[in-house]
Amino acid sequence: MLCDICGKNQATVHLTEILNDQMSELHLCEECARQKSMAMEQQFGLSDLLAGMADSEKPEKETETIKNLKCPNCGLTYADFKKTGRLGCGVCYNTFSRYLGPLLKRIHGSTQHTGKSPLKVSNSLRKGIDIQTLRTRLQNAIQAEAFEEAAKLRDQIKEAEKKEEK
Amino acid sequence: MELNSLLNHTSEWLRGSGPNSDIVISSRIRLARNLDKYVFSHWANKSQSEAVLNIIKESAAKVDYLKRTTLFNLADIDNVDKQFLVERHLMSLEHAQKGDNKALLVDDEEIISIMINEEDHIRMQVMQSGFNLFEAWNIINAIDDGLAKELNFAYLANWGYLTACPTNVGTGMRGSVMLHLPALVMTRSIERVMAAIAKLSFTTRGLYGEGTQAMGNFFQISNQVSLGPSEAEIVESINGLIRQIIEQEKQARENLMTKNRPLLEDRINRSLGILKSARIISSQETIELLSMVRLGSDVGIVKDIDRRVINELFIITQPAHLQKKENQKISSEERDLKRAELIRDKLNIH
Repeated sequence: MLCDICGKNQATVHLTEILNDQMSELHLCEECARQKSMAMEQQFGLSDLLAGMADSEKPEKETETIKNLKCPNCGLTYADFKKTGRLGCGVCYNTFSRYLGPLLKRIHGSTQHTGKSPLKVSNSLRKGIDIQTLRTRLQNAIQAEAFEEAAKLRDQIKEAEKKEEK
Repeated sequence: MELNSLLNHTSEWLRGSGPNSDIVISSRIRLARNLDKYVFSHWANKSQSEAVLNIIKESAAKVDYLKRTTLFNLADIDNVDKQFLVERHLMSLEHAQKGDNKALLVDDEEIISIMINEEDHIRMQVMQSGFNLFEAWNIINAIDDGLAKELNFAYLANWGYLTACPTNVGTGMRGSVMLHLPALVMTRSIERVMAAIAKLSFTTRGLYGEGTQAMGNFFQISNQVSLGPSEAEIVESINGLIRQIIEQEKQARENLMTKNRPLLEDRINRSLGILKSARIISSQETIELLSMVRLGSDVGIVKDIDRRVINELFIITQPAHLQKKENQKISSEERDLKRAELIRDKLNIH
């Protein structure tokens, strides 16, 4: 039997694929099978993560309410998000924040942005970010037992807090 | 700038210059941004996406860094031109497909490109030849600052820049480095390297980004995490990883040269032989063979062919580039003939 993809080499790998409840069989040579599995791995990473979200363990009633939760700005429901893996607008992040927090933690291993911020963000907000960033760094430093660094960060936080009070 | 004028221009990513350009083809940084309160492109209706396009167009015109750019409305250009832009890495495959009010802003040097109404309202990218992520970051950071003066971006203090897909939230940044790793592939060490990369939460993609397979020993490596570390920290972490892979590829090349030279010379010269004499050749085979010739040029086995010719061939043999050159739509079979002819032409000058 020849490989279904390249049609050149002898098929040595036999794969059963189930897509939308349709079962299909593929007979592949080693080379094509390897490429296919690489492609599959790349695709799976993201959709797995989004689909296998935390709400599977929640009682059914609550899951229903989550599904019907709707963003007041763009009308996207949580069910829409689960289907496409995409949010509808920036306000969605507030609307679904309870459920997005754990998801972001799973994807990125963090829920605190420390990078740049847009210039137009008001000054008070930016001060907030700076202090929050410093606190995150402080925690990291303590975990890494970098105490000298931690002491420096602690002083910076104190200073920033003083400024904020003024 | 006319789209056709790009035909006579070497893409930044194939210029073949810059640090470590024997192994690193190009470095690229992409930032995703969305306008505050406006519905994201995939969820927007026609009038909403039109409003977004107009706002971004007007604002971009005021940014110094974007003075020498041209805007293409994707609705106005045909499929060959779209594919042509994808082949030049100026926009994604996704951007070439369905959707309203999509546009592309490209600068004359093909270093900066901005996709409007792709998955996010703005997807800007800066490309540098060779291993040069920090320089790419400096340029794109300045463009982003310029745009932020004109536009209100969707942003939360704790979660950073808000994007259509939660995987891009935070910095909205993806740094990618395109590597040419023929020796690691030949010595079958590549799987080990890729497995290690995956464990470190970086992703590997093929020549044309998401969903494409590794072809011709080209691998694109990028960060997966965008929320948590700062932009500079992300760049530094990618750089650290890339430095290690460069070392491994160098080692593998040296091993092949010292322990397996006849085999290496054979592979490279056979590849060159096919390219010089084939009458029918697919774009995939072309890339695979050119990859070997490029390696030959890097290690000094191929001496009589200009590096620039090899680099140029990678792009001008692509389907849309061939059709633009012939100035007509041609079938895949005809392209394979034309491609072989073009390659013979370029390689058999002496």
